Amino acid sequence: MKTDSISVRLFNGLIKENPTFVLLLGMCPTLAVTTSAINGLGMGLTTMVVLAMSNLFISLLRNIIPDRVRIPAFIVIIASFVTIVELLLKAYIPFLYDALGLYIPLIVVNCIILGRAEAYASKNRVILSLFDGIGMGLGFSMALTIIGAIRELFGAGECFGVRIMPQSYVPCSIFILAPGAFFVLACLTAIQNKIKIAGEKKGKDMSKIQSGCGFDCMNCNVSHCPDRTTNEENLEVLELDDMVSDTVPITPQDIAAINDAVANNESVKEENDND
Amino acid sequence: MIKELLIILISSSLVSNVVLSQFLGLCPFLGVSKKTDTALGMGGAVIFVITLSSAVAGVIYRFILVPLDITYLQTIVFILVIAALVQFVEMFLKKFIPSLYQALGVYLPLITTNCAVLGIALTNVQKDYDILTGVVNGFATAVGFTIAITILAGIREKIEYNDIPTAFKGMPIVLLTAGLMAIAFCGFSGLL
Repeated sequence: MKTDSISVRLFNGLIKENPTFVLLLGMCPTLAVTTSAINGLGMGLTTMVVLAMSNLFISLLRNIIPDRVRIPAFIVIIASFVTIVELLLKAYIPFLYDALGLYIPLIVVNCIILGRAEAYASKNRVILSLFDGIGMGLGFSMALTIIGAIRELFGAGECFGVRIMPQSYVPCSIFILAPGAFFVLACLTAIQNKIKIAGEKKGKDMSKIQSGCGFDCMNCNVSHCPDRTTNEENLEVLELDDMVSDTVPITPQDIAAINDAVANNESVKEENDND
Repeated sequence: MIKELLIILISSSLVSNVVLSQFLGLCPFLGVSKKTDTALGMGGAVIFVITLSSAVAGVIYRFILVPLDITYLQTIVFILVIAALVQFVEMFLKKFIPSLYQALGVYLPLITTNCAVLGIALTNVQKDYDILTGVVNGFATAVGFTIAITILAGIREKIEYNDIPTAFKGMPIVLLTAGLMAIAFCGFSGLL
């Protein structure tokens, strides 16, 4: 196995397990705030700070937090950092705070953060966890900036507020509106699928793409994931088992009573027939 | 008063649809929309939980956070309340209304990660709605979510049999469908 180092963690987050393009996590902010490149970058960096800090603290506390209450504990840690970041943004970068609005507190429910806490920070050393958070955050920022730049380029003819398209270009404002977000992401995932298919044809191992979910289907939105269906079935089986065990167990007396009832019924029927 | 509530009802469910124009609750929208039945079940669970949680969050905000002057803790408090509420609702249904639990049971745990629930609680505070208005807003938003996810599930059931370019199979075509639906829902903006 390859040794785990800081540079490996950074590369892993940026390229190999890029949270948006490869793992398809954290879709809500990805679509909502990427109306311009600067908004995307701001959201990405904000998430990165929260991700790095929460990874750091969860890793520090990993031997103290009891296993059974780890998820609520993680959520409290993440929510605290989100609150801190929100207050800091409000005080020092008000234009970004206004642009991102509701989506800053919603970083709490971003699957990437809880996913990394569960999958990496709760099992690994402090420094590596910190850089895992930074790497993932950089990957997320990169993805949001790219999507934001594409939408801004076609929707307003600009990139980071600088005019790029020629003056004669008529901005196609649907790219900045809600539908544009879906279209851009659809095209990007289609391109990624294309690369994956081409790679598989050449015999390369592409199984890593869209499969780094760790079977955490609850936080996952890869709808065509083959593991998902089996997991859902398992879930249903579990629920059924729960229900069965919850009902009062059938005792031999019950069976005898049922048999008696059936026998009585039959005897009544026979009597009726005789009449 | 009734007129205001009616306007909120229409605007939250149709005009600014929670999924298609605010991008909240996208994960279940894309993940649980393969069949109309499951989509309807998820929608029912979301209506139930969001209505309840916007009431509880409203009460907690108004009677605990504001008097104690700790409104800056709202994010932490709301997420914990919602997580606890979902657990509690699940236990309650299992014990007392098993038929409803059977219908919604599988979807309930999935809702904790639905950002729409937290989003509504925070929007209610941001827009300074009182508790009744907040509950109506929550209910309307959840109805909007149900409408959107059911339509998407219906379309996806049809798409299954279509010949799509391989690269667009799976996620991309679903996103494209959602984009077209978003355009259609833009048409509701003339409603108010």
